[in-house]
Amino acid sequence: MPEQTTSAEISIGGEPCAAVGRAGPRTTADAPVKADSAVVRDALGVGVAVGLSGFAFGVTAAGAGLDVMQICALSLLVFTGASQFALVGALAAGGNPFPAAAGAFFLGTRNAFYGLRLSQLLAVRRALRPLAAHWVIDETTAVALAQPTRRAARIGFTVTGLTLYVLWNLTTLLGALGAEAIGDTNAWGLDAAGPAVFLALLAPMLRTTTERVVAGIAVVLGLGLLPVLPAGVPVLVAAVAAPAVLWWQGRMTATGRKGAER
Amino acid sequence: MNVWIAIGVTAAACYLVKLAGLLVPAGVLERPLVQRLAALLPVALLAALTAQQTFSAGDALVLDARAAGLAAAAIALVLRAPFLVVVAAAVAVTAGVRALGG
Repeated sequence: MPEQTTSAEISIGGEPCAAVGRAGPRTTADAPVKADSAVVRDALGVGVAVGLSGFAFGVTAAGAGLDVMQICALSLLVFTGASQFALVGALAAGGNPFPAAAGAFFLGTRNAFYGLRLSQLLAVRRALRPLAAHWVIDETTAVALAQPTRRAARIGFTVTGLTLYVLWNLTTLLGALGAEAIGDTNAWGLDAAGPAVFLALLAPMLRTTTERVVAGIAVVLGLGLLPVLPAGVPVLVAAVAAPAVLWWQGRMTATGRKGAER
Repeated sequence: MNVWIAIGVTAAACYLVKLAGLLVPAGVLERPLVQRLAALLPVALLAALTAQQTFSAGDALVLDARAAGLAAAAIALVLRAPFLVVVAAAVAVTAGVRALGG
């Protein structure tokens, strides 16, 4: 599925998104034509593949001790996979609800930047925005931004959003109900699904040294502080790697400039 | 009760950031520094979460079958496998290593 690889690279890192956004909203006049059916096919490919992994979420959440109502509420109301897995992981580790929710929230903040891009590209009517907002996630953004025209972007966003929302919630329910039938979910290796999802989202972001350094520091902080801080808190501390590296880079640039002036 | 509080706070907060993106006039979040930070924060969080959920049991660091599963996922990613295959590889290898007594 080459479309999926390309579109994932477009959205997830944030920067390619920005590049598309800087080009401004595209007009239909000079954009290449793409058949609606091709857009729908792209959208379905992404929606189905990711939607089905709701099963892994349902099973993981059940394994973490949540009941079926709680698990389904998460998929219906939160509907941003990484945040859901993060919350469940933190709760399973015995985390206090507030740092657990804070970690999930920080992961969700990237959706605000996707929304910024999409509001220009899709030109959603004001009345529809509260509805459209719920579907502003990695995958819908990736598919919408990969389209050549506004019409195609709207179709891509809607079809990806609808497929993913329906399948994600259905498979979440199946996973939650099936967790007991499966028995020991760990024996089936389903506790590896969460980290694999995170890695799949992370991998396309590790393009430059900056991203890799941030990831490296975050891993060291996250693991190093795990034995000494309450559950959920080490991840929040690890997030500090991002502003720290930016600050350090800014300093290096400033020093470099001073050096050049001399 | 704690779980419901966490679900409620997460659902409300995650929805509000999504909506904010669509409602906020472009320009507010357009400053380069804010953009850079927005791109890097998920990197830090995802890296820390991946490591923690692979190498921890409660508040102890452990090395078990999940590490093999994550390695399989990494290989699948390098081979540009689709999302579902990446997750399936991690799950299958973890289960396989456990079945072999690892």
